[in-house]
Amino acid sequence: MDELIGILREIRPEFEFRDSQDFVGDGMLDSLDVVTLVAALDQRYRISIRGVEIVPENFRNLETIAVLLRKHGVTG
Amino acid sequence: MNLRFTGKKVSALVTVLPSREARFEDEMGNFGFSRAKSMKLKRVMGFDRHRLADERTCASDLCLHGLNRLFEAGELRPEEIDALIFVTQTPDHLLPPTSNLIQGRAGLGRNTFCLDINQGCAGFVIGLLQAFLMLESGFWRKVVLMNGDTLSHRVGKRDRNIYPMVGDAGSVAVVENDPGGPPIHAAVYMDGSRSSVLQIPAGGARMPSTAATAVEEDVGDGNLRSKEHFFMDGPAVFNFVQTEVPPLIDEVLAAAGTAKEEVEYFLFHQPNRFMLEKLADALEVPREKVPNNIVENFGNASSVTIPTAIAFVLGPALGERKVRVCLGGFGVGLCWAAMVMDLGPMRICELTDYGCDN
Repeated sequence: MDELIGILREIRPEFEFRDSQDFVGDGMLDSLDVVTLVAALDQRYRISIRGVEIVPENFRNLETIAVLLRKHGVTG
Repeated sequence: MNLRFTGKKVSALVTVLPSREARFEDEMGNFGFSRAKSMKLKRVMGFDRHRLADERTCASDLCLHGLNRLFEAGELRPEEIDALIFVTQTPDHLLPPTSNLIQGRAGLGRNTFCLDINQGCAGFVIGLLQAFLMLESGFWRKVVLMNGDTLSHRVGKRDRNIYPMVGDAGSVAVVENDPGGPPIHAAVYMDGSRSSVLQIPAGGARMPSTAATAVEEDVGDGNLRSKEHFFMDGPAVFNFVQTEVPPLIDEVLAAAGTAKEEVEYFLFHQPNRFMLEKLADALEVPREKVPNNIVENFGNASSVTIPTAIAFVLGPALGERKVRVCLGGFGVGLCWAAMVMDLGPMRICELTDYGCDN
């Protein structure tokens, strides 16, 4: 989880992502941030998050992102 | 809807780009992002340079320039043109049809059938379909398909969803009969119930232009635009494309009896690099078979991105040989359309500039 937080803070360093359960709703990630995040996750873990998976529900908080990553075989 | 045509071809193509070029790094201060975030977007989305028409240049000027280039090259004579289709979202006027204006300026005969089509990012495929249907009638033998837009004039300069990627361009394709030519397969879908995700709300009869509609407003996420500016719900459009386009491509390939490996290039409309990479992955085709270099070099000029890609990516090859392609357009309407066909060889398939003020 620490690595994921690090990736998120590279995109929006001004936010403490542990404190929110709704990154999009709380204004911490906009749609372009999500695109940047997906590109970063793809590159870091050598995966390709599918286009149809790029929906706000999957990027709501640390847990939903972790669930998405586990679907692509990323653990830990 | 699945369609099949035989004995048709694109025999020549010219794409015209305004000479005026702007750079994302010079403009990114307008968008309210940090430099670090802007540079990440530049890399991921492919924002770099875009071609923008000056205020006095219309899409029809770009297309007329391309038509004259074909005349000068000896590819076409005015009296040969039986029909002129102009696909645009930026007509010269609300009326008359811009195709009629082009007919008059180009000195085409009174027998030339002129038709405007209001279509966006699927407009090259839609225009080809219309041209094929005209040829199929047997009444006409040579159709000129023009695609042109100067949408940069209708985008807020501080709208970071659209302005970094928008571009202006025009193209002219000559479409004619090709006796014995291979079948061309197409599939097209439309869904007007979702049309609000891409629109210019004001300026038509439903919401006429007023002083109020011209005022730029913060829409809540830092984006500034007026009701006379192009609006795009980016996440909704992205989801639409990723959901609808892969099955569309599978469908048209199946109808054509063509395996993905037999397609040399998937030439899709190019909104941004990220969208195209995700489409390639969804289709399970190598990313290099889905060119995504038009936005970074020229910007997204709506229906002209596909003919721009044909000329930019395939121009030299098409001078010498046939290339099997799958075209795919998707956008305003909503509309999504695809076509599997052979392109080339063509005697002329090129990009050319149109002089604009800087």
